[in-house]
Amino acid sequence: MTDLDAFRAETRAWLEANCPPEVRGPLDSDEDRVWGGRNATFKTPAHKVWMDRMGARGWTAPEWPKEYGGGGLSREEAKVLASEMRRIDAQMPLSSFGIWMLGPALLQFGTEEQKKRFLPEIVRGEIRWCQGYSEPGAGSDLAGVQTRAVDEGDHWIVNGQKVWTSYADKADWIFCLVRTDPDAPKHLGISFVLFDMTTPGVSTKPIVLISGKSPFCETFFDDVRVEKENLVGTLNRGWDVAKALLAHERTMIGGMGMIGGGRPMGQVAGDSVGVDADGRLDDPMLRARIAELEVDLMAFQLSMERVGDQVKAKQVSPAIASMLKYYGSELNKRRHELAMAAGGSDTLEWESDRSHKGGAARDWLRTKANSIEGGTSEIQLNIIAKHLLQLPGA
Amino acid sequence: MPLILTEEQTMLKEAADGFLSENAPIAHLRGLRDSHDADGVSRDLWKAFGEMGFAGVIIPEEHGGSGLGAVEAGVVAEALGRTLTPSPFFGSGVLSAKVLVDGGSAEQQGAWLPRIAAGEAILSLAVDEGAKHRPSAIATTAERSGNGFKLNGAKGFVLDGHVADALIVAARSENGLTLFLVDPKTAGVAIERTVMVDAHNAARIVLTDVQVDADAVVGTVDGGEALLEGALNLGRACAAASLTGAGDQAFQITLEYLRTRKQFGKLIGEFQALQHRSAHLFTEIELARAAVIGALQRLDAGKDPAGLAVSVAKAKAGRVAELAVQEAVQMHGGVGMTDEFDVGLFMKRVRVLNELLGDAAFHSEKLARAQGY
Repeated sequence: MTDLDAFRAETRAWLEANCPPEVRGPLDSDEDRVWGGRNATFKTPAHKVWMDRMGARGWTAPEWPKEYGGGGLSREEAKVLASEMRRIDAQMPLSSFGIWMLGPALLQFGTEEQKKRFLPEIVRGEIRWCQGYSEPGAGSDLAGVQTRAVDEGDHWIVNGQKVWTSYADKADWIFCLVRTDPDAPKHLGISFVLFDMTTPGVSTKPIVLISGKSPFCETFFDDVRVEKENLVGTLNRGWDVAKALLAHERTMIGGMGMIGGGRPMGQVAGDSVGVDADGRLDDPMLRARIAELEVDLMAFQLSMERVGDQVKAKQVSPAIASMLKYYGSELNKRRHELAMAAGGSDTLEWESDRSHKGGAARDWLRTKANSIEGGTSEIQLNIIAKHLLQLPGA
Repeated sequence: MPLILTEEQTMLKEAADGFLSENAPIAHLRGLRDSHDADGVSRDLWKAFGEMGFAGVIIPEEHGGSGLGAVEAGVVAEALGRTLTPSPFFGSGVLSAKVLVDGGSAEQQGAWLPRIAAGEAILSLAVDEGAKHRPSAIATTAERSGNGFKLNGAKGFVLDGHVADALIVAARSENGLTLFLVDPKTAGVAIERTVMVDAHNAARIVLTDVQVDADAVVGTVDGGEALLEGALNLGRACAAASLTGAGDQAFQITLEYLRTRKQFGKLIGEFQALQHRSAHLFTEIELARAAVIGALQRLDAGKDPAGLAVSVAKAKAGRVAELAVQEAVQMHGGVGMTDEFDVGLFMKRVRVLNELLGDAAFHSEKLARAQGY
C-alpha cells in the first residue's frame, strides 16, 4: 500500500466517524453555508460540530502549513481528502474569505507575526473576514480606489466608502485597499491594510439585490483608526498584494458552480419535466442542452484541477486565474438558467415553502453577479489577452 | 496524479513535435495531395515512426514496442494533429494494436505487433458501416462455415484500409460481436480507397462471402464487444488529443496573424473584439486539454471502465477544435479561404477527426444515458 493509499484509508475512516449525517448531501440553498465568525449561525448544531472538528484538524485549509493551523497536507493528499469528502457528499465545513482570499495573500506577503496571529483563527472559523475593494468610482478600474489613509505616526486615519462589500454586515474584520499616496501614479499609491469592523467610525448598509437578498453592503469609514502593524506587504505597494489576492478570489468564484454533488441535473430535471418509456428526459431539446453543459462542467472540473497542478509545478502565469474566473462564472450562469428551465413554473414561486421560498430562483439571480464580482468577464478576457496571449496593445 | 505531463512524457512530446516538424510538416501533406500519391500516405515515414518508437508506443517491449500507455499515445496523436500528417498511427498503432495487445492470441501478437511497432505493417480496424459511428448497430454478419466463418457486410471510414496489410473486422456473430483478422487479398474482399476532405485516406470495404478460418478470431467468439470498446475508447481519446493539437495549432497560427496583420493603421490584434474572442478560445482550448489528459490518465489507471471521461474529452475537444478552426478562418479573413494558407487545412482535418469514432453529439448522448437521463 502506498502512503497515499494509507492516507486515503485513514481519511475515509476519520470522515466516517466524524462527519455527521446532517452535513451530508447537497445544500438546499446558499443560505445554509457555514461562514463562522464571532456571530456565526449554523443550520443545525451538527454543522458547528463539523466545522469545529475539521478546523481542529486544519482540514478547513488542508494545504496550509501546520504551524499556522492548517492541515499541512501535500497537494496529492488534499486531492484525496476532497475526493473522500465528495464520496460521502460531505458539505464544505467552512466557507470563508479568510481561507479563499486573505490567507493565501498573508502566506505570501504577511509578516511572521501576522501569519501567527490571523491564520489559525481563520482555519478554526473564529473570525469572519470581508473584502474592502470596490468603491463607487472604482469598479472594473479597481486601482482607482479613493478611500484615503492619512499617516498619523503610529497609525492611519481612514476615510472613504467601499461598495459591494460581501457580508460586511456579518464580518468581524476587513482587508481593505486604501490610498496612502494620493500623488503617486494610481497603482503605486495603494496600501493593503487590515482592521476590525467594530472599530469606531465603521458602518455598513446592506444593498437589496434582484434576488431579494443582501449579500453585499455599502461600507463607510469615518475617521477610522488603523494600526500600522496591520499593513500587509510594502507601503504603497498594496496593488501587488491586491492582485495576488484577486487571483485567489477569481479561482474561488470560478469554482462556485462546482460545489455540490448529488444527483445529476438531468435526473433532477426528470422530476419536473418527466421521462419517456426509455427513461430519457421527456424534453429532447432540454436534455441535449443539459448533456452539453455536463460535458463542459466535467471538463471545467478537470481544468481547475489541472491549473492547480500547473501552478504547483510553476508552469503557468498567475493570470491563469482569470481563465477559471471567466469560464467558471459563465458556466455557473448557464447551469442556473438550465435549472430554471428544468424546474419550469415550480421554480418561479417566490414565497412558497414548496419552493424553499424561491430558493432556486434566488440562487439563479445571485449567479448573475458571478461574472461581475471579482472583475467582470470582460476584464478577465482583457487580462487573458494581455498576460497569457501577449496580444498587441492589450 | 497531476494533470500535466511527466518529465518523460514531455521528452516524448518534444521528440514527436521535433520529428514531425522536421520530417512531415504540412508541406508533406500538401505534397502527397498535390502529387496524387498512389497511397496518399508515406510508408517510409511510417517506418521512421517505427524507428522513433512512436508506431509501437502502446505495444509491449517484448513485441518490439515502447511499452507505454494512453497518455503517451495521446502525446503522439496531438503532435500529428499539429502537423496534419497522414499516418497509419490511428488505424495501426492505436486501434489495431490495442485490439491485438488486449485480445490477440500469441500467434496473432507475434505475427503483427512487432511489424506494427517497426512501422512495417499497416493494419486497419473496420467498424463503421453507415455515415455515422454506431458500433452498437453493426450489421456485418459472421456465420459459421466450414472450419471458420463466412463474413458478409459493408464497412466504411476504414482508416488507411486501402493500404492495409491486414484488416480487423467487427462482425455480428450468433450471440454478440466477434473481431476477425482478415487478409485483404482474401476472395470476396472489395476495397475502394476514399480520399477524404482533409487529404487523409480511408476505405470502403465490401465483404461478400469472405471465408476465414477459426484462428482468424481475435479474442473470443461473441466476446468482441468489450475488446472493441477498449480499442475504440483509446482511439477516441487519441482523436481528442489530435483535435486539441489541430485546434491549438490553428489558434497559434491565428495569434501570429493578429500580431502582424495591420488594418486601419493598427495591428488587428489590438482590436478588443478580436482579443476577447481569442481569450475565449484560449480558455476553451485549455478546458479541452484538461479533459483530454484527464481521460488518457484514467485509461492508464483503469479508472474509466465506461469510457465516460473519454466521451467528455472527445465531445469537448471536438467542439473546441471546431470553434478554433472557424475563428482561424474568420480572423484571417479572405486569405483564410485560400488553399495557399494552412488554416483551411486545419478546418478540414478537424471535421474528419470530429466524425471519427463518434462526434460530440454521440458522446454527449452516451454521457446522458450513463447519468440516467
